[in-house]
Amino acid sequence: MAHATTHTHDDAHHDEKPQGFLDRWVFTTNHKDIGTLYLVFSFIMFIIGGAMSGVIRLELFQPGLQWVAPEFFNQMTTMHALVMIFGGVMPAFVGLANWMIPLQIGAPDMALPRMNNWSFWILPFAFFLLLLTLVLPGGGPAGGWTLYPPLSLQGGYNVAFVIFAIHLMGISSIMGAINIIATILNMRAPGMDLLKMPLFTWTWLITAFLLIAVMPVLAGAVTMLLTDKFFGTSFFNAAGGGDPVMFQHIFWFFGHPEVYIMILPAFGIVSEIIPTFSRKPLFGYQAMVYATASIAFLSFIVWAHHMFTVGMPLGGQLYFMYATMLIAVPTGVKVFNWVATMWRGSMTFETPMLWSIAFVILFTIGGFSGLMLAIVPADYQYHDTYFVVAHFHYVLVTGSLFSIIAAVYYWWPKWTGRMYSEFWGKFHFWWTMVFVNLLFFPQHFLGLAGMPRRIPDYNVAFADFNMISSIGAFGMLITPFMMFVILWHSKKHGVKAEQVSWEGAKGLEWTVPSPAPHHTFTTPPKIDDRMLAHGDVAH
Amino acid sequence: MHQIGKSIAALAALAAALPAAAASPQPWQLNMTPGVTETAQAAYSMHMIMLWICVVIGVLVFGAMGVAMFRFRKSKGAVPDTTLVHSTKVEVIWTVVPVLILVVMAWPATKYLIAAADVRNAEMTVKITGYQWKWRYEILDYKGIEQPVNFVSSLDVDSNRARQGLKDPADVQVDGVNTYLLNVDRELVLPTDTKIRFVITADDVIHAWWVPALGWKQDAIPGFINEAWTNIREPGVYRGQCAELCGKDHGFMPIVVRAVPRAEFEQELVKMGGTLPDTAAIAQAPAAPASAPSSGR
Repeated sequence: MAHATTHTHDDAHHDEKPQGFLDRWVFTTNHKDIGTLYLVFSFIMFIIGGAMSGVIRLELFQPGLQWVAPEFFNQMTTMHALVMIFGGVMPAFVGLANWMIPLQIGAPDMALPRMNNWSFWILPFAFFLLLLTLVLPGGGPAGGWTLYPPLSLQGGYNVAFVIFAIHLMGISSIMGAINIIATILNMRAPGMDLLKMPLFTWTWLITAFLLIAVMPVLAGAVTMLLTDKFFGTSFFNAAGGGDPVMFQHIFWFFGHPEVYIMILPAFGIVSEIIPTFSRKPLFGYQAMVYATASIAFLSFIVWAHHMFTVGMPLGGQLYFMYATMLIAVPTGVKVFNWVATMWRGSMTFETPMLWSIAFVILFTIGGFSGLMLAIVPADYQYHDTYFVVAHFHYVLVTGSLFSIIAAVYYWWPKWTGRMYSEFWGKFHFWWTMVFVNLLFFPQHFLGLAGMPRRIPDYNVAFADFNMISSIGAFGMLITPFMMFVILWHSKKHGVKAEQVSWEGAKGLEWTVPSPAPHHTFTTPPKIDDRMLAHGDVAH
Repeated sequence: MHQIGKSIAALAALAAALPAAAASPQPWQLNMTPGVTETAQAAYSMHMIMLWICVVIGVLVFGAMGVAMFRFRKSKGAVPDTTLVHSTKVEVIWTVVPVLILVVMAWPATKYLIAAADVRNAEMTVKITGYQWKWRYEILDYKGIEQPVNFVSSLDVDSNRARQGLKDPADVQVDGVNTYLLNVDRELVLPTDTKIRFVITADDVIHAWWVPALGWKQDAIPGFINEAWTNIREPGVYRGQCAELCGKDHGFMPIVVRAVPRAEFEQELVKMGGTLPDTAAIAQAPAAPASAPSSGR
């Protein structure tokens, strides 16, 4: 009797979720719930940002101005980028980090749970401010997400709103990054040495350092814009002795590491999924870690390759070209390692694996066009054309976003305790593959034929590929809803998931039940090297 | 819909005869054109070198993935080789070989870039100023020009009407070629076979001056004077656009360069209000190249 009571009490304690909505979600300090909040938030932002791209592609469906005025078109391109980067991709990765890092390293929660709550709850306010600009007099920011002065300073009220929103996003990111570093460095279970950590945790550790290094730089850059606009300074105003190009240097010193912030965790995710469905440990684990660190280091010394047409001295151009080309080496190592992981494996092609394989192929295509863009004489033609648009959408959509979707399908059984429909998961995948390539591949041709980016209307010669691209975009617009239905159906009616939901899955997260209880690893687990998803730990 | 059929025919034709289409973009155009200058040829060469190297690497890597996906399927009874997790030898190879490939790419790129940066020994200087949303051209230096040419070039009337919905964009044509948003009220006339130096700046926000057939774009930045040069080999009309977001009419400030032989250029220069030391002679011989030395000024 006494024993039974204790047992019940234990169980209740083990899975005690706060009951009220406010207690459960608003005041939460639980890494899993905060992870869920981040993921839900980013899903909403993907839909908002996607709707904006819908406006863009609708206007570009055929030559002539049919739907929106050029001013509004520019607001859409600017906001689409800001929402997708800061509201979609980054929070999605932070959400995955919140959910999975404590589970992967055997920690009971994040190191700084209250700050974790704050990191998240800043974001809805930041994006409320940002989106509010669309209904202000003068409209939203229309100078591009890069906010180059003097153009960005021609905005009205929105300048202050956007800058304050960026400050808030930066605070959120920095706190999230501090939390991740503190968690990984201090809360690993005994025996989880740094070089035994799963790749997703490793890539996030490095990403967090990038965030801490560069978000303050962005904050500084936009603060200088703020004082130029409202307090009479002339940091970037040539007439007052300032330098508009300096903004670009400062911005891209943030901006280039930022693009790796959005891709390194993707590398980590794919490095978890490919070994699972190849039933074979990750090839070259240590090389993967070092390659990630090299890419992170190189990201700080290549920023001006975004600025080859500003009139840099020859020596500067040569240096930035060479340094940029070097990034291909560690990135190549990663791709080769993924292929080698598949080699002599025993592969199956469940939905997360399909997204991961597509990631490797399509991200590599984006990498190829990136390498082409590094070549200055050719970049004189590519720069600021649709070729660039195609490039960064291949790395960000079929790269980062594909990895996020892969991660959701991969860890969904662990989060919810339910399997999703493989058929519909694969349908979602193949549908997306068709339309995402219709959307972005023809943009290479448009750029090479001479179509500049960020224009609301174009010559009739560009009409055909623009129409194809828009058809691809319309097909893509329904994919988030498709995914929502698949996951909702799974949550309600899905088959119960096993503790180890995938045959080849390894790692600590698969040693806890599915769904993962509200609190896990309240006592540290014992690390068994054979349970790790990589076999390269002895070296 | 009938356009699609036409376009497919055009696509087939284009595959054969791309270089001829350097002047303005073609329907279904797939690739960069070699242009009409040394710089454009360099950009095209580098582009094609990079493209083919990437295609070869892509075929090898994706080919290996494809083989892995077909040979090592669980459904075909593949048993995982869990010892294949590390190989110093192949890891060194696939680190060193890419470095060598990069060196092969960097060599010609460096050569072309050094050539592109050399603005010395220009015979002519044109100042370009970007405004929201038009371009000012000033021919400052050409054979001791006495009265510089200075004019503003902005979107042509037909395109302007079409963008307001008063005309079908497809009907905006010059000599049977669609020029919607790629035509201006006043062209920049330049001589062929002449090294021309451009000094480029802007008066309000940042713009970028880009004519694809010339092979480069250069930002026009307030407070800065950037330099670039060109030497156009073939007479023709070359169209381009502003390539840096500059506000609401960024998509509506095209660039048209008409390249003509030098003698014809000098006549045009006079028509545009410029005066050269030998203007009188040029004016007297409108049909023929100015050959006799002038006496007057």
